[in-house]
Formats: sequence, C-alpha cells, structure tokens
Amino acid sequence: MAFPKLKRKGEETKTTSNLNHMSIIRYQVPQLSNWSSFDRLSSLRDEVNRLFDFSWPSRDSGLFSGWSPALDVFDDKDNLVVKAELPGLKKEEINVSIHDGVLTLSGERKRETEKKEGETFRSERYFGKFQRSVTLPTAVDSNKVNATYKDGILTVELPKAEEAKPKQIAVSVS
Amino acid sequence: MNTTLNKPASQPDVAQNGANRVSYLTPLANILETKDGYVLEAEMPGVNKDGLEITVENGELTIVGHRAAVESRGRELYRESRPTDYRRSFELDPSIDTAHITARVDQGVLTLHLPKAEAVKPRKITVG
Repeated sequence: MAFPKLKRKGEETKTTSNLNHMSIIRYQVPQLSNWSSFDRLSSLRDEVNRLFDFSWPSRDSGLFSGWSPALDVFDDKDNLVVKAELPGLKKEEINVSIHDGVLTLSGERKRETEKKEGETFRSERYFGKFQRSVTLPTAVDSNKVNATYKDGILTVELPKAEEAKPKQIAVSVS
Repeated sequence: MNTTLNKPASQPDVAQNGANRVSYLTPLANILETKDGYVLEAEMPGVNKDGLEITVENGELTIVGHRAAVESRGRELYRESRPTDYRRSFELDPSIDTAHITARVDQGVLTLHLPKAEAVKPRKITVG
C-alpha cells in the first residue's frame, strides 16, 4: 500500500530557511572523495535533525500558529478523494490549490466578534491559520477538480489523468 | 459549569451502552459566560441536525453526535480521522434555565445557548 507523503507546515519551513535548523554536529564534515561511505551517516544525521526540528517547533510552525486538520485520502479507480475535517469555517475561508502534483489545503479560522464580551470558561477549539499538503500518488486532471464543503468536512475530488487510470488489457491467444 | 468528562479529543471515550461497549470521540469545546447565560460550542465534523441528541438529566447536559452516513470512497490510502460518533457530558450550573436551552448546528459546529434563570441575572437598580 502506497502512502502519499504528507507535509506539515513545520517541515516546509525547514527546507526554505535554515534559521531554526538545529544541528547536533559540531564539526564540519571533511571533504572526502569517497562520499558513498558517508551516505548512510548523513542520512541518519538528517533524520536526527528532523526529529529535533519536529520536537522543538519554532513559533511560526504549524504547531503553534495554527492547527492540523485531520486528513483522509481515498482512491476509487477513476478519482482520488481527499477529505479534511474543518468544522465551523466559511466557504470563503478555505483555499484549495494544486501545484506540481501537490494538493494544498489552507485557510484561516477567525474568532467571532461576539467572543470578546464574556468570560471564557473553557477554550479547546483552534483558531488561526492552517495548512496541509498532500503529494498526490498519481497524476490528476487539475482542470476537473471539484471541492465541496458540507457538515464541516471538505471533500476534494481529483479525477485521475487518463494515463493514470487502471486499464484492463485482454490477453489474446494465438 | 464543569465538564465531567474531561479527556483530550485524541482519546476516544468509552461509554457503557447497554450490553455493547461503544467508543466515542470527545468533541473539542469552548464555553463562554455572558451576562445572560452560557454559550457552548462543540466541534463535531460530519454531524448534521439529524444526528444530534441533546439531553438534560439530573443537572447534566449530554451531547451525542452521530455522523451522517457517507458513501464509501474506494480504497483507503491514508487516514487520520476517526469514523466514530461524538459524546460529551457537562455538569450544569443550577442557575441555568434548562427549559430555554437553544441549539444550532452549522458546518459541524454545535452552538448551545444556555440562559440563566431570571432570578440570577444581574439587575441594575437605579436610585430614584
């Protein structure tokens, strides 16, 4: 079973800027001609660094400035279907985009103005920005993507590109 | 108003329901007190008006949300959501006028208005 790669906002900031990159290597890796022996070590180092990046997210990463809505991905032969739980938003507050085979859902939930008067007893709901990205496992026809929002669930239907659809090939006996 | 069931949303709450043990998700909730009463909001994505059961018994408010049936969407490649129903109970303050609680659900968010009884509302008395 192939799992599409899911990116959280925090991981994206790592690739674009190294400001929050926490390195646990104190010395410079010497310039060696024989790189192959270092491959496994450097990928391990990347893994460890990624672990640190994730455990100590910076202020602007997804864990603090927004929330990470639950995402489901389905495959029904002709379509990919992506669902996200986004309760209590307005249609205008949700953005859906596709770029280079990556589907991105983003938006912002604003606090309603009625909240400002009164005393808060309990506050568990998330407010603010969210962003989730899915690397689509097959090519899709991005002109025919359809998104609907009902009962707080966003459903995005992405028809597969012709070449990505499963095809039955008849075997002929000669 | 206190929450009697106070578990994080990621851990489904297991409630005894007759002979069957049914597991429920605890919806995330916000509670606000205004001068006229309380406003309770609970997030239940996938639940519409028909799937809601709201009961008040012995000073305890219970909300149950059954997810609307959805057609199967083929093979599951990845899943983060849980397909279980929602349930949560709240202990009500005695000042709440339980006969006048109103409820509304919009895009998976349930909003309850729990008015205070007339007797306990703050009253301004002007000196003549």
